[in-house]
Amino acid sequence: MLNIRCPYCEEDRPEIEFRNAGEAHIARPDEPDRVDDRQWADFLYTRDNPKGWHAERWRHVHGCGRFFNAVRHSVDDRILLTYKAGEPKPDIERMLREREA
Amino acid sequence: MRYHIGNLLRGSLSGQTGWPAQWRDPAPKPSYEAIVVGAGGHGLATAYYLASRYGVNRVAVLEKGWLGGGNTGRNTTIVRSNYLWQESQGIYEHAMKLWQDLSHELNYNVMYSARGVLTLAHSVHDIQIVKRHVHANRLSGIDNEWLTPAQTKEFCPPLNISPSLRYPVLGASLQRRGGTARHDAVAWGFARAADRLGVDIIQNCEVTAIRRGPDGAVTGVETTRGAIAAPKIGVVAAGHTSHVMAMADVRMPLESYTLQALVSEPVKPVLPCVVMSNGVHAYISQSDKGELVIGSGTDQYLSYAQTGALHISTHTLEAISDLFPAFRRMRMLRNWGGIVDVTVDRSPIVGLTPVPGLFVNCGWGTGGFKATPGSGEVFAATIAKGVPHPIAAPFSMERFRTGRLIDEAAAAGVAH
Ligand SMILES: Cc1cc2nc3c(=O)[nH]c(=O)nc-3n(C[C@H](O)[C@H](O)[C@H](O)COP(=O)(O)OP(=O)(O)OC[C@H]3O[C@@H](n4cnc5c(N)ncnc54)[C@H](O)[C@@H]3O)c2cc1C
Ligand SMILES: [Zn+2]
Repeated sequence: MLNIRCPYCEEDRPEIEFRNAGEAHIARPDEPDRVDDRQWADFLYTRDNPKGWHAERWRHVHGCGRFFNAVRHSVDDRILLTYKAGEPKPDIERMLREREA
Repeated sequence: MRYHIGNLLRGSLSGQTGWPAQWRDPAPKPSYEAIVVGAGGHGLATAYYLASRYGVNRVAVLEKGWLGGGNTGRNTTIVRSNYLWQESQGIYEHAMKLWQDLSHELNYNVMYSARGVLTLAHSVHDIQIVKRHVHANRLSGIDNEWLTPAQTKEFCPPLNISPSLRYPVLGASLQRRGGTARHDAVAWGFARAADRLGVDIIQNCEVTAIRRGPDGAVTGVETTRGAIAAPKIGVVAAGHTSHVMAMADVRMPLESYTLQALVSEPVKPVLPCVVMSNGVHAYISQSDKGELVIGSGTDQYLSYAQTGALHISTHTLEAISDLFPAFRRMRMLRNWGGIVDVTVDRSPIVGLTPVPGLFVNCGWGTGGFKATPGSGEVFAATIAKGVPHPIAAPFSMERFRTGRLIDEAAAAGVAH
């Protein structure tokens, strides 16, 4: 069971208040007619599925109802940070270096 | 050593001492004809059929931990073939036929027990879906039948069919050839039989890189026990497939999740069959040791942590307590998780990859144990011949580009 901070409500809440919505920062092709089937399949189905840090979407369904993103480690489940939808993907390596320094 | 009545009797009279090891513990050789990555049931079956049916004997199976320590040793062992689509029926029924004679073929008791699998319906929608499966199966010559609530109760006496349940039992399908098999014995039986045919099973040997030649084709792997060369590599790494395939720059249509199971304290025989309910998310049978073996759901987020959240198993136990009031006060002894590799259509990927010489068998997700012998057999044929076995052909990675998905997810409402 995760404890997740909603960046809108600015509260730590138990996982059961949230729904996970998969890998974050996957943009829908701007002009769907111009991408081929390979690119379309990549958009729909291909995922990094990393053993390590993962930027992912969450929705605070039993709270404010809004989507946001989290960076979580897929092996030890540690959440590095959560941030609002629309904000750029953080530079995870740099954040980790700064934390250690 | 072949097991037969003579040496089994001698064994029981001599306190089961003096049995030789069931397989060797070889050091990796510099090169092989083919390397299988992952010594789960599917990888071991692949190696066994490569050597026994397809004439490829110089095979190594590389395993980062111990053989059968992945999902093969963590699953709830339900075996059935009553899937909706013809492509799925092809591969799962191929496995079902192999289960019938597997103990004999491997000279090893895999404890396949055709005790029958009930799939419960709890709503009008469930009834329609379950009956659709029954009809689709029968059209393909696969046994599956519809039972009324009273018939279901007769087949499974401890089941609660009271209409006042939150999710009442409105009927069920029954596949009589369905049942269970002993998961460890399946891994051990294939390992022993493959080893006898000269296959090297190398444990504590993690693949860390895939080597490729100037033409892009694979030439071998790097491992924690050194480099090993081979012109053909079959990746059968279940939840870790994306990670291994990334070593050859191939991105997969997979997500890895933790799926949990639990066992109760052992009791006398009480549950004569397998009961599954996709609607309330509960899967239960009783092992020969007497434990109730209970399958639960997946966590909602990608994970390699192999420990699931408690609220997921609680949810399943609530459903089990409703369906089987007699089990309410039983204690659970253990729970655990396995990392399952899930595709969007909940069907596996078996076949070639964009990299020459690299083959993949994955995406079995929450329900691949039942397919172990069939999956190994068609994957071995695919590796040996370099073209997909006809049963495997629809399960290519290309289906995600062409759109020819085999959507068992929509068919079942959930996986399994
Ligand atoms: C809790 C649970 C319940 C389930 N219940 C059922 C059920 O009732 N019925 C059913 O049909 N299916 C069920 N399944 C699914 C089933 O267990 C799997 O689909 C099946 O066992 C997969 O077999 P496998 O051989 O492909 O994978 P695994 O047994 O997981 O084998 C893969 C192996 O690859 C190894 N590996 C990974 N990376 C590397 C590397 N880099 N180098 C070397 N080795 C590596 C792993 O250590 C592992 O041993 C369940 C799964 C779980 C977790
Ligand atoms: Zn919120």
